Amino acid sequence: MSKIIVQGTAQGTVLKTTSPINFLGAVDKKTGTIHDKKYDIFEKSIKDTILVFPHGIGSSVGAYTIYSLKSNHSAPVAMICTKADLTVASGCALANIPMIVVSKKEFDSIQDGNKITVDTKSENIFN
Amino acid sequence: MELTSEEKAALNGEHGDTLQTAYRILVATGEATNADKLIPITWAHLSGVNYNTIGDAGEQFLRELSKDARVKVKATVNPMGIDFDHISEFNHIDDEFIKKQASIRDSYIRMGVEPTFSCTPYDIFDLPEKNTQVSFAESNAAIFANSLGGLKTNKESAFSALASAITGKSPYSDLRKHDISTPMTIRMKIDNPSELDFGMLGFFAGKVGDTSVNISGVSQPNRRSCKALCGGMGTSGTCAKFQFVDTEDNTSEKVDFGKEEMNEVFDELNTSEKGDIITLGSPQLGLEELSDLSKMLKGKSFEKRCMIFCSRAVQDQARTLDYINEIERAGGEILSDCCTCLTPLIDTNETDAVTTNSIKGAYYLKNSTGVDVNLKPLSKIIEDETK
Repeated sequence: MSKIIVQGTAQGTVLKTTSPINFLGAVDKKTGTIHDKKYDIFEKSIKDTILVFPHGIGSSVGAYTIYSLKSNHSAPVAMICTKADLTVASGCALANIPMIVVSKKEFDSIQDGNKITVDTKSENIFN
Repeated sequence: MELTSEEKAALNGEHGDTLQTAYRILVATGEATNADKLIPITWAHLSGVNYNTIGDAGEQFLRELSKDARVKVKATVNPMGIDFDHISEFNHIDDEFIKKQASIRDSYIRMGVEPTFSCTPYDIFDLPEKNTQVSFAESNAAIFANSLGGLKTNKESAFSALASAITGKSPYSDLRKHDISTPMTIRMKIDNPSELDFGMLGFFAGKVGDTSVNISGVSQPNRRSCKALCGGMGTSGTCAKFQFVDTEDNTSEKVDFGKEEMNEVFDELNTSEKGDIITLGSPQLGLEELSDLSKMLKGKSFEKRCMIFCSRAVQDQARTLDYINEIERAGGEILSDCCTCLTPLIDTNETDAVTTNSIKGAYYLKNSTGVDVNLKPLSKIIEDETK
């Protein structure tokens, strides 16, 4: 069962990681590149992707990182998580990035590299 | 989430852009925490003050917001990047940083916050009565408030706490209720733990725990150790609360924190056998810690640069009580309004590695400042680094 945290519509290519993301520590706020070696998406850019990850961790200031990414035109077009944390939820709310929470089963069904649509007004929130 | 007609009107923009933005954030965070309504809070502690962390977009956002946003409840703020009183001693800080940091400081002051610039609001103010609802964004302060201060807060984000400050409200999430489930107990297996060990316990607990954890096998840690535990826990995960328990219940999952687990944390964060400089703080030191430090330094002097971070309020009190003289005589530099984490005061052109007893400091020194870290408890720092 999906849950809408921030409304909106977006289309894009899935960038998926199974690691929780520390936005302040791991993401370059200018370019959207992951610069922490511990991530399986190290050196990939989250810019214009549909970012699929479990949830955010770490500093509360990570919300500003999400807002900065948007201001620098380097943000994902939508985010899909299995758990909503306040940093990601509030960052997406301010930056107007659609964000949804999905079940573990739905999370597992989303394939990295696939083109998908997120539409919080539609019956199928993502497909 | 159910909103009152007044809240709905604000969300629809009938009370202006600022309140609309604030309510949009509260609704998103309310959905994220499964809250069914908003409730009043009496104190918000805001993060997002250091120019190094929020950047140009953050500076611009706050400058715009502060044209008409005013805080509705008591609001305190996190450290900046620098101590303006000592900026002339740090030649490598560029003018752009100073200008942008001053702009951020002024935006917060315009909004009506108390200029505490501290990650330890609990060391500056008397805490309100038990079960008071607050909104603390700084993770160590949120965990301290929930676990040791008897207050109720989410582990707020920079924006959710800011929205709370402007509206005086926050989502009524599980963490704000009386009985929250704590499905995990961490068994502390380290004897006579130092504050560094407590920091590592916190870092481990933050990784394995969810929203709240029990900790068994710990008796009466001092304030320095408690703060280290909160700092470590806030850095590594989403955990917002712990409770020390004497006896273990049968229902929760048990996880041991012994030598092996501790070494794993140590090896992740300790990357150097020695440091070029020392930093004490993150969280910033309180009065009791400065008092201890001044006693430990009697008749000794640091053999290298040692930056000691505490809030302005605590520094003023410590000067009155004459704790600072001894520390400065020993060569310690007292710095306020900033802290180890993401401060540009550490000159990376001259510093390859930093010695510290802070796990939170270590994480950000390594991952954000980009220097190596040498971890030691305070007693060992004094033993090895002074004569």
